[in-house]
Amino acid sequence: MSDSLLQVNNLKTWFGNGEMPYRAVDGIGFSIRRGQTFALLGESGCGKSMTALSLLRLNPHPASRIVSGEVLLDGENLLPLSEAEMEAIRGRRISMIFQEPQSSLNPVLTVGQQIAEVLKWHFNMDAQAMQQRSLELLKSVGIPDPTQRIKEYPHQLSGGMKQRVMIAIALAGEPELLIADEPTTALDVTIQAQILDLLKDIQQKTGMAILLITHDLGVVAQMADHVAVMYAGQIVETASREQFFNDTRHPYTRKLFEALPSDQKREQKLTVIKGSVPPLNQDFNCCRFADRCDFAWQHCHDVEPRWLEPDNHGVRCHLFDPDVDAEHIKSEIRVTSSRLSDVVPADNALLDVKQLKVHFPIKKGILQRTVGHVKAVDNISLSLRPAETLALVGESGCGKTTVGKGILQLVPVTEGQVKYAGKQMTRMSEHELKEARASMQIIFQDPFSSMNPRMTITQVIEEGMLGSSIKNPADKQHKVDELLERVGLRPDIKHRYPHEFSGGQRQRICIARALAAEPEVIICDEPTSALDVSVQAQILNLLRDIQHEFGLSYLFITHNIAVVDYLAHRVAVMYLGRVVEEGRRDEVLNNPKHPYTQALLAAVPRIESDSEQQAIRLEGELPSPANPPQGCHFHQRCPHVMPRCREQYPDLTQLSRSHTVKCYLYEEDYGSTDSN
Amino acid sequence: MPFLPVFLWTDILIFLLLAVVAGAVVYIRKRPHLSAPWNSVIQRKRGMMAIMILACYVVIGLLDSLHYRPVLESDGNGDQVHYATEVISVFDRLAQPLRQQVEKTYSAPFAHQLYVKEMQTDADGTLVYDYPRLKHGASHLDHPALKLDDIQQTVLKASLLSILLVFIVYLCHCILARWRRKSTLLTEAGRIIRGRSDYPLSTFYLMLLLLTLTAFNLIALSGDYHVFGTDKVGNDVLYQALKSVRTGLVIGTLTTLVMLPLAILLGIAAGYFRGWIDDIIQYIYTTLNSIPGVLLIAAAVLILQVYMNNNPDQFETIAERADMRLLFLCIILGVTSWTGLCRILRAETLKLREAEYVLAARALGASNFSILHRHILPNLMHLVMIAVVLDFSGLVLAEAVLSYVGVGVDPSMISWGNMINSARLEMARDPVVWWSLTAAFISMFILVLAANLFADVVRDAFDPRMQGAQ
Repeated sequence: MSDSLLQVNNLKTWFGNGEMPYRAVDGIGFSIRRGQTFALLGESGCGKSMTALSLLRLNPHPASRIVSGEVLLDGENLLPLSEAEMEAIRGRRISMIFQEPQSSLNPVLTVGQQIAEVLKWHFNMDAQAMQQRSLELLKSVGIPDPTQRIKEYPHQLSGGMKQRVMIAIALAGEPELLIADEPTTALDVTIQAQILDLLKDIQQKTGMAILLITHDLGVVAQMADHVAVMYAGQIVETASREQFFNDTRHPYTRKLFEALPSDQKREQKLTVIKGSVPPLNQDFNCCRFADRCDFAWQHCHDVEPRWLEPDNHGVRCHLFDPDVDAEHIKSEIRVTSSRLSDVVPADNALLDVKQLKVHFPIKKGILQRTVGHVKAVDNISLSLRPAETLALVGESGCGKTTVGKGILQLVPVTEGQVKYAGKQMTRMSEHELKEARASMQIIFQDPFSSMNPRMTITQVIEEGMLGSSIKNPADKQHKVDELLERVGLRPDIKHRYPHEFSGGQRQRICIARALAAEPEVIICDEPTSALDVSVQAQILNLLRDIQHEFGLSYLFITHNIAVVDYLAHRVAVMYLGRVVEEGRRDEVLNNPKHPYTQALLAAVPRIESDSEQQAIRLEGELPSPANPPQGCHFHQRCPHVMPRCREQYPDLTQLSRSHTVKCYLYEEDYGSTDSN
Repeated sequence: MPFLPVFLWTDILIFLLLAVVAGAVVYIRKRPHLSAPWNSVIQRKRGMMAIMILACYVVIGLLDSLHYRPVLESDGNGDQVHYATEVISVFDRLAQPLRQQVEKTYSAPFAHQLYVKEMQTDADGTLVYDYPRLKHGASHLDHPALKLDDIQQTVLKASLLSILLVFIVYLCHCILARWRRKSTLLTEAGRIIRGRSDYPLSTFYLMLLLLTLTAFNLIALSGDYHVFGTDKVGNDVLYQALKSVRTGLVIGTLTTLVMLPLAILLGIAAGYFRGWIDDIIQYIYTTLNSIPGVLLIAAAVLILQVYMNNNPDQFETIAERADMRLLFLCIILGVTSWTGLCRILRAETLKLREAEYVLAARALGASNFSILHRHILPNLMHLVMIAVVLDFSGLVLAEAVLSYVGVGVDPSMISWGNMINSARLEMARDPVVWWSLTAAFISMFILVLAANLFADVVRDAFDPRMQGAQ
């Protein structure tokens, strides 16, 4: 116990004072050793962030209160300290970085001022020393040209840079413990890899402990020494990383692993966790997971499981309690097969996009003259066959969402053709478009903003039937019921309003609305990225089912490679408004050719820790599409850059019948063809 | 017919507005997401208090908006029925004694004699220079020395009566609740007092008691006294303060009726269609905003006055004339005050048009009209609601200021602004006449305070961030 830095015992943070307080954190206990990375894993709403805030006593006041427990930092309990004493601890001994770098920096202070603030507060430094130390800190978090950056304001920095500055501010107090609350969730994979590397690096140099809060099993596998899994305000499992990934114990954790989409699960349905997290404003005298557990038997519903710690692998489950009769029947885990290979896409193109360009003018001055263009989509050609899933992969800002909107003519198209079933959509009048649009639908990323909060579910879905032949109100109601059942919801919810539903349920309703128009193509714009893993699995299963049933084609826009691996037939990789590589899924994902694709795939944190692959780390960030670099857009970040890359954009190289890439590396081998 | 109903323009509009509000209430009650914020308004103590006070004002205002011309006493030769040229309202009829008990000139609150000395002949026939007794105020007393006792007795009786009334209401409520819940009478009584119900019932009863106490006392006292004194020509000041309520309410509500269509139509059009429509609308409201409002109002009112002087035959009575000017003031106030709300709505529409549900609706082939009316407008209504309630108190005050400056309502129309305007001279008088200003101040202050409290609660209830916190 001597090397334990932070010891948390039975911490409880409750919301509300009434008879039914909301137990956001309900008896948490763990300990973090010096120099260790401790990962707190869990889905949204299980109390991870509230735990972190409670450690620093920053939990929302007076909405919530810490009811009991102790937080021992080096043996000193933080909870009874006065607010003034806490101020000497926050930022000095325990620092915190947050999920959203955008909102955690003050936009009216320069980077230097914000770092100096911490230094001035905790160390009595003069201006000279402060400046010196700030520069050192910025350099240590890998910010190039710190003397220049120190004078800049947050809006002049990119997202990754901001997160680096946040880390520099957190490090300014030379803390013993760094709490990182989802530090990379808002960032792209390649930037995430940079930040995670940076954190590891700093940890090695300074020997501080990190409490990493995340929902991403991949990040845990890459970073953590020790893992704790939270569910409904409690820790249900703790283990060292090896134990955790080799011998997962708690049924909830197992389910989390099984719900992850991947290559190996292509031919089967993903495991889903039935039901939802129980409301936390009740007295539990049963296992909190019992209702959703496959292994649960009567005992689980009657008795709350104890905390058990056989061979340092803590778990809160009756299955591992030697005192409990394991008289239950081991439930069969049924794997429903759902063969992706069952669906054979036809060979003709249903949707054909040729040289699509969407440029947004940049206007300046009083006269609003156009001074340049943001080339969000620049010369993209895609084709989508019936009953096929084409995944469009890329980092944020590369223009993939604009492609989707451009195809549907929801943004004005600058140039190019969109041909749907032989009809030219770009030349249609507003009236013709109305009819054509019904056969192409879109599902958005954020299920919370994609439904009008003032319409009932019936009204939402009926809107989808605008163009359909069903006019009779009774028939419409019948169809609404049918659709709701199809997406796995009870029809009696149809008179409720969107705010009454969870994220997953709302996404189902959005799918039902899209289906109401009887489309042939659905553009899925990151439909699962706002959802938890277990909910994501439900939605992916549903999407696949309806594809089988209705023979739909999907244009699946995403940045999540695992989802692509699970769902897609073909993959197109986008970088700065252009497709750099396209081909069948196995070709692109297993044998990536373009250096960007290689880097993108390498940056994805993998759970299989054995593959100690040397990651290709990309330097820098996505350039601005308003001012793309000369030549190949990727040359500034490319590890294989050649002189000619700086001069001209490479042409399309046909690697196989289906696999194409735009890179000079492959030009000699196969001989170039003219683009298109 | 014993009377000839007169429909003044503002009356028609007020009752139209009342019908719209009633329709909205019926509509909202059926929709849980719309009625939830209103419920939370009533559930707040401040909201309950503000609503009850506002309701009193609204009742006075509505009674004062039912106008008619009473029939004149027929002079025998039968068929011909003549109506008085004076237009009076139901409220005037109810407050008949107040209206008709006119003194000679100023008298202080609860006075039994005039405020100025006069030459008069007393019983002996000698000329005396003294304060004469009032014709109506305290005239029932044999001797002025009895005044205090009389007032005390009246107050006592009225207060007891009002307490009794509130108690009866409370008892009925308890019995009703018992019958509905099937519990004992005592537990129900306790429940209501201790505030165990969803609504702040204890506040409701306290407020009810306060209001009935005030009302009963005023009614009882104003029969025999001039509670707020009389003005220069001997009119009762209390009556004037009450008559002003309608003017204030008309200005506060009808102006928004003029303002809303402009603000909503132009704001949404600018935000949704962008391009040259947006440019034009923006130019209009920035131009309008840069002209001082008072100047514009003064110019418009003066033009109207000239018009009315040139065409006297179009207005049958003084009331119609004054009413036309009031309506015109509402219109011109509305025209000058829509820009703020328009700006907010434009900004919100800009945000909403990019919302994913709007994109989804476009992808589904919905027309512009149906997007505007199904998706954009309903999501703007909370802003409109907040703006209307916030603007109300500002407009009531604006009327006072404009009338004081002399470009407000017609001088013949009783309003707080006109009361304050005439008080300007009274304040310079020696000894000072303070009651006119005080009465105007108190009645206006209570209305504006209640409106502001109400606006505050409404804003809290409709603020999405506050909703998340609850």
